[in-house]
Amino acid sequence: METKNLTCIGCPMGCALTVTIDGDEITVTGNTCTVGANYAKKEVTNPTRVVTSSVRVCGAAIARVSVKTATDIPKNKIFDCMAEIREITVNAPVSIGDVIIEDCAGTGVKVVATKNVAAK
Amino acid sequence: MIGSRYDAVIIGGGAVGSAIARELSRYELSVCLLEKEEDVCSGTSKANSAIAHAGFDAKPGTKKAEFNVKGNAMMDTLASELEFEFKRNGSVVLCFADEDMPKLAELYQKGIQNGVEGLEIVSGDTLRQREPNISDEVVAALVAPTGGIVCPFGMTIALAENAADNGVEFRFNTAVTDIRKHDDGYTVVTNCGEIETKTVINAAGVYSDVIHNMVSEKKLHITPRKGDYCLLDKEAGDHVSYTVFQLPGKYGKGILVSPTVHGNLLLGPTAVDVEDKDNTATTAAELADVVKKSAVSVKNIPYRLTITSFSGVRAHEDGDDFVIGEAADAPGFFDAAGIESPGLTSAPAIGVYLAECVAEKLGAEKKANFNPKRRGFVKLAEKSFEERAALIKENPLYGVIVCRCMNISEGEIVDAIKRTLGATSLDGVKRRVHQGMGRCQAGFCTSKTMEILSRDTGIPLEKICKNSAGSEMLSHKM
Amino acid sequence: MKQYDIVIIGGGPAGLAAAISAKNAGVSDIMILERDESLGGILNQCIHNGFGLHTFKEELTGPEYAARFIAKAQEMEIPYKLGAMVLSVSPEKVITYMNKQEGLVQISAKAIILAMGCRERPRGALNIPGFRPAGIYSAGTAQRLMNIEGYSVGKEVVILGSGDIGLIMARRMTLEGANVKVVAELMPYSGGLKRNIVQCLNDFNIPLKLSHTVVGIDGEKRITGVTIAEVDANRQPIPGTEIHYDCDTLLLSCGLIPENELTREIGVEMNRVTSGPNVDDKLQTGVEGVFACGNVLHVHDLVDHVSSEAALAGENAAAYVLAKAETESAHKVTLKAENGVRYTVPQTIDVANMRDSVTVRFRVADIYHNRSIAVYYGDKKVMSRKKRVLAPGEMEQVLLKKDSFKDYPDITEITIRTEEA
Repeated sequence: METKNLTCIGCPMGCALTVTIDGDEITVTGNTCTVGANYAKKEVTNPTRVVTSSVRVCGAAIARVSVKTATDIPKNKIFDCMAEIREITVNAPVSIGDVIIEDCAGTGVKVVATKNVAAK
Repeated sequence: MIGSRYDAVIIGGGAVGSAIARELSRYELSVCLLEKEEDVCSGTSKANSAIAHAGFDAKPGTKKAEFNVKGNAMMDTLASELEFEFKRNGSVVLCFADEDMPKLAELYQKGIQNGVEGLEIVSGDTLRQREPNISDEVVAALVAPTGGIVCPFGMTIALAENAADNGVEFRFNTAVTDIRKHDDGYTVVTNCGEIETKTVINAAGVYSDVIHNMVSEKKLHITPRKGDYCLLDKEAGDHVSYTVFQLPGKYGKGILVSPTVHGNLLLGPTAVDVEDKDNTATTAAELADVVKKSAVSVKNIPYRLTITSFSGVRAHEDGDDFVIGEAADAPGFFDAAGIESPGLTSAPAIGVYLAECVAEKLGAEKKANFNPKRRGFVKLAEKSFEERAALIKENPLYGVIVCRCMNISEGEIVDAIKRTLGATSLDGVKRRVHQGMGRCQAGFCTSKTMEILSRDTGIPLEKICKNSAGSEMLSHKM
Repeated sequence: MKQYDIVIIGGGPAGLAAAISAKNAGVSDIMILERDESLGGILNQCIHNGFGLHTFKEELTGPEYAARFIAKAQEMEIPYKLGAMVLSVSPEKVITYMNKQEGLVQISAKAIILAMGCRERPRGALNIPGFRPAGIYSAGTAQRLMNIEGYSVGKEVVILGSGDIGLIMARRMTLEGANVKVVAELMPYSGGLKRNIVQCLNDFNIPLKLSHTVVGIDGEKRITGVTIAEVDANRQPIPGTEIHYDCDTLLLSCGLIPENELTREIGVEMNRVTSGPNVDDKLQTGVEGVFACGNVLHVHDLVDHVSSEAALAGENAAAYVLAKAETESAHKVTLKAENGVRYTVPQTIDVANMRDSVTVRFRVADIYHNRSIAVYYGDKKVMSRKKRVLAPGEMEQVLLKKDSFKDYPDITEITIRTEEA
């Protein structure tokens, strides 16, 4: 049996979680809501994060348009994902939700724009 | 132009070098000024007390006394011709104990001997009536109405611009590495090549001993004397109206408390001899000393309004006086060395004197078309509603505020870049139009100012520097 | 001179939320004056996620959160001006602003909502000794340069201060390939959210040194290194604890200061703790018809709280303009913060004319474990809520209901304090 202490990142409350792993049995205490329980289970089995960054944009008044992974991706794919994001240049106009990368670093997760950028 | 021969080469673009350049530009002479940094006013001239000293402090008979009083008297005309900020707010020297009264009287006598006008000794209560925040411990004070405050950047840049407008050539990023003496002149060796000249004027600040010693056997030795300052927000700017000094006495060497021409409150300097001529690092101990000693003079200083602290290095020569004039064993080599306090005040008078020496040496005539005037910076924030509205109509860039704290517009920044000897660095812009000098210390306007600098100078954004090469602001384009 | 019903200074999250709710409350003659070239304020550069959990029940990035409010304001046809810098505001509610298109303009307003936000504490205010080279940035300035302008400020990074922007920038710079060596924090606790410590520092093995500060800066041109040292209980560096880090960048995330220069000019009473104006339960300052909300009033932890506070200010400003607000029979009660509660916003409540309930927001002075937040009406304890952890980085709130004052007709003071649970 293994016990891990985590801080929930589900919301700003930052609950202190205790996860007990006993074979396939994972129990979580200290959480205030289900987000915490889900986070803790994921964190000890397959930790994931949403990646936010920005890509170059041409033909706009600003140089960068912000982007994010549409859902969370495995933590160990963060830097692979960043490497792909760094290579991208898009043309204005861009709208929130526009798909920037269809499948980022083989995760099957899209990278989407998070900012509306008008063409100059 | 490298390879041609000048009548005069000035080494150093501080207040003294710029004053000499401006005065030399009155004559029919080819003059070149060499500055190792990217802009004028980059050494001692940029970090000092910003005071036009009345002249009671220097020992009678010294060059410090002579040039201080002469320089102080020139300030009004100079400030109006060159449109830089100067104000005669008056200085006071505080005496904290009855037993120190003879020292105050001595200072008064020195002032009289030096020719300082309007001096009076007043009681502590009289002073507190005029200046309510003066410490209750003060028993008496020397009041010098001719003492003033000046913008050291404004003055130096104005002198340099006027010199350039009148034909002096300025070469920046040019450091002197050697000087060779010939029968009829000098070869000045720099990192950018060799320059031939009939005369050399050494205004190299803390490096003036190094430059002097390149040609003279009568060696000079300068000790870099560092002083730390704290600058408080404009909210504290009217805490005192006089420049407040302390009588050297039981509290040791004094710290001044002074308003600045920009409306801030300035505290400092400490005085610590350092090894390195470029050691302008503040230290925690010295900054604490500034706070402690300033509190002795003035009550309730709102230290929480501190917006920045900085440090300057003064050129203290072993002889404890300015070294001014032609070197005995190097004809045509003129020194303005060891110019520490009251150097800023003395600079205009040193300029006049040395320009006369050089002109006499070379038998130069005065120019017929010397223009003593220079257009100052438009200070939008100080204009009336109507004036401001008219200016924006004329140039819409005056309607775009870049620096929110000081209310500096894009139009003013563009002017700082595009005028004679325009700014090429962030510090250059800051010293000209005071962008980023406010309470947020350029937190908001750094990126916009860099963009304007890049656009109007053609320097790529990633090459924009805080000051000279090596101080690049950005790492790389993403 | 053109007169508006409501002029809102600032088009960031506070200004937008205030405008939308003022319009919803029946006032259409509104003008938002925004100094930047786009609406949305600081959210435009906050490209990380974590915004909107309260407001929209989903996790958004800063630009997405702003876009929702911008879209709403545009859909409601609320007028705004960009690049419009307000230079002064008089107690008579005359506003002088300027922009490129119109030049210098004076307008007047029946009501003003102050929503100018805040700024970062600069190096100078921290009195960090050492050289003054290039490469020292406040975290927000670096964030703007990276996320809007597309330039990286450095590769070897030390961060002083563990405010949220500093933590976010530690991750951002790491993701862009920089080596963030350490985050030093003067206080014995972080000023940032716990989740940000986990996902911005721990995820990337960036050490956080609490009770440490920068005691030296090296480099005459560009910064070449910093020295940090541990501090004692009085926040003074302890000799012998110095550690040197080579770096080309120092980011500062050492607190935010409300931007209240205009507010002071109006002549309203200021609060020394919040650095914002004192306000009543309508978020009205000492000058009638001048309201304040968002970070100009007090620095918030979450934008969601800014939005809800600003919506209230907008509604109250509208009520003031429409003269619906009852001002007679005022019964003003002062709120007192004590024993670990640093301040309250609002600072007074008119219990005679208050809404059904008023949210009182505040911050605590230190990290507390297992303490209660207690509310006293006069000397009677009326509420107590036990909290496992209280931290200065997080805003707390209590809800005071109008009903609850029924039994206290002579109340003059409400006290909010922490107590041993």
